[in-house]
Amino acid sequence: MTTLARAVQEPWPDLRTQREAVGLGMWFFLASEVLFFAALFCSYAVYRSFNEEAFRTAAAHTKIVYGSINTVLLLTSSLTMTIALRAATVRLRRLTMICLGATAFLGIAFLVCKGLEYRSDILEHLVPGAGFPLSPPATEIFWGLYWIMTGVHAIHLTAGIGIVIVVMVLFGRGTVPVQGSTMEGVAIYWHFVDTVWIFLFPLIYLAGRS
Amino acid sequence: MSNMTLPFAPAEEAASSSYLDEGHTLASWLLTTDHKRIAILYTLSITVFFFIGGIAIGLVRLELISPTGWFLTSDEYNRAFTIHGIIMVWFFLVPSIPATMGNFILPLMIGAPDVAFPRLNLLSWYLYVIGAAFTVYVLLTGGVDTGWTFYPPYSSNFSHSAVVTAALGVFVVGFSSIATGVNFLATIHMLRAPGMTWFRLPLFAWSMYVVSMVMVLATPVLAMSLLLVSAERLFGLPIFDPRVGGDPLLFQHLFWFYSHPAVYIMILPAMGVVSEVIACFARRRVFGYVFMVYALLMIGVVGFMVWGHHMFVAGQSPFANLIFSFLSFIVAVPSAIKVFNWTATLYRGQIGFEAPMLYALGFIGLFTIGGLTGLFLASVPIDIATTDSYFVVAHFHTIMVGGSVSAFMAGIHYWWPKVTGKIYHEFIAQIAAITMFLGFNLTFLPQFVMGWLGMPRRYHIYPEVFQIWHVLSSGGAVILAVAYLLPLGYLGWSLINGDSAGDNPWEATGLEWQTSSPPPKQNFLRPPRVTSAPYQYHEFGRAREEGEPTRVEGQGRAP
Repeated sequence: MTTLARAVQEPWPDLRTQREAVGLGMWFFLASEVLFFAALFCSYAVYRSFNEEAFRTAAAHTKIVYGSINTVLLLTSSLTMTIALRAATVRLRRLTMICLGATAFLGIAFLVCKGLEYRSDILEHLVPGAGFPLSPPATEIFWGLYWIMTGVHAIHLTAGIGIVIVVMVLFGRGTVPVQGSTMEGVAIYWHFVDTVWIFLFPLIYLAGRS
Repeated sequence: MSNMTLPFAPAEEAASSSYLDEGHTLASWLLTTDHKRIAILYTLSITVFFFIGGIAIGLVRLELISPTGWFLTSDEYNRAFTIHGIIMVWFFLVPSIPATMGNFILPLMIGAPDVAFPRLNLLSWYLYVIGAAFTVYVLLTGGVDTGWTFYPPYSSNFSHSAVVTAALGVFVVGFSSIATGVNFLATIHMLRAPGMTWFRLPLFAWSMYVVSMVMVLATPVLAMSLLLVSAERLFGLPIFDPRVGGDPLLFQHLFWFYSHPAVYIMILPAMGVVSEVIACFARRRVFGYVFMVYALLMIGVVGFMVWGHHMFVAGQSPFANLIFSFLSFIVAVPSAIKVFNWTATLYRGQIGFEAPMLYALGFIGLFTIGGLTGLFLASVPIDIATTDSYFVVAHFHTIMVGGSVSAFMAGIHYWWPKVTGKIYHEFIAQIAAITMFLGFNLTFLPQFVMGWLGMPRRYHIYPEVFQIWHVLSSGGAVILAVAYLLPLGYLGWSLINGDSAGDNPWEATGLEWQTSSPPPKQNFLRPPRVTSAPYQYHEFGRAREEGEPTRVEGQGRAP
């Protein structure tokens, strides 16, 4: 049981308590993250109530095909992440590694798809500023929020992918045993990033298509 | 006397194994994960930032002794008060008590070997130092002229100063704040010693719990509001731009959703410290402990719902003004409960006027003045007349400096023997405490008066009629500066030449006093057990009077 002993860190008496603490800490951090995104969602709600027509016009120009593909990719990555967590808890090291790899791959695929979407947005000049094609002016607010919301989400996802890759390296080298508390925190964070996307999708892609 | 507070026997191996002896190299400090050493790192860094912010306000006060302005241009003046505001709020007051005493004392107080995530704790110090140092560098080289509030559209479209880089530093420091909050919450939930139930937690631990909640839930909104302003400034994404239908008022809503609770981030820990100090030096159990806990929680919760009182004249609807005004009055209820309970704790106590107690008593008086003038400002008609005047400046300085800084000093003196194992020169410390109280009042009472008479804030050229008040205020600031510099001298001296303090020089009952001073690296040599509620000063005193051999040998100079 040397790997198990190595998994327990100060100041915890045993692995179970440590896992519980990591989970709890991560939930508190996510509460903070919820408020972070809440400021954006709140701004979106306020401006949409002021400029309903403009938001409808603006949202009709989002690329729903990319958005839908990305939704599928991200939800699937949550599945692989869940399997990875379960596998880690029962110490199926190989399965954990495969599922983590799949999760990171799906995350990267999301970012690639998002990049293509950004490219076509830019080609249509859907960046607020001079030469913005839509009117009334408040459509610029929607697109301003679009770039910030998807950008902030993409940064969170990039961080998540980075963490998953680092964790795979640590597991691969045996620095950290899979059944430790690491997977608990990683998985909760990944699902959170997913959940944010579930809220972003209707606000961005469906708002102009009713 | 069988139920006497006797969590466990005292540590046998005394100072030989203190946390200070675990290594003397620079690396042993900069790479430490020991909460006690991280607290020291924080203390040193916030002290540096405090004096930088202090020099900035020194320049401002010097400029203001002449009604025509005499050595600063308006632009330099704007930058000077912005430096003062940004540094004092984010780099001193917000981390002041939680990151220093919270880090050091909280785990000891609840009988934990360390905080829940020691490496995260170190990371949060690095985030703090890097973010704060970066911002201070920006402030001193380029400068920002928006005031600490970064209001658009000035900050987003017009200011010719380093808004984005300064905001970036504050953003990073925000993450440090969130990390500390998460760490404390997990610590209090998971690492309480056996027997340390929620309602046996000392009030300082409760205040750390509530303040961590507020940090975790409020700080991200500040981060987002700064991000939105920066996005508008850098990339032209017109979130707050009225020309396309954006609303600058939305920024104020987001900003104050953080920055009003931030006031409670500053004052709640102060309340925690003062509760500990008053109980100890009045030799009394804190009056109405359970109410004190609920008052803390209520301040924390209601504090999230009053931000609109910063925007009474900003164009908010009269209906919203009414609601926010009402809720702001509500906050006065738990605050008053606390003041009454501290006073009732003193009643028939055996009060000692050692320096921590003098600071704490000063806190009660100043907090009351600050709180009552807060009620003036919560009332819409009075606020409309006094908005952006020196009355407001004096009000929030009375809470944040008179309140929080007094409590910070009380805590530093109270726990100094625990942290360093040395005792400072009591008489000089008492003089410093009294000087601070007098200096503070001389600085800010004139500001109340001139604000009421109509002197607006943030102007350095003003009608001559206000000059006498400004001169008085600047004179007070000099006294205040002396009072802040004195502790550097005598506390520093005690490190070199101070007598050994013993484990429990104040004969206090908290768990943190049951281990050696300075504590060993693992805090307690034997895992503590808690068998009673906090503040058992009555039992302690009775045992002494009856000449019983008190079973609290761990509490220092017990007879």
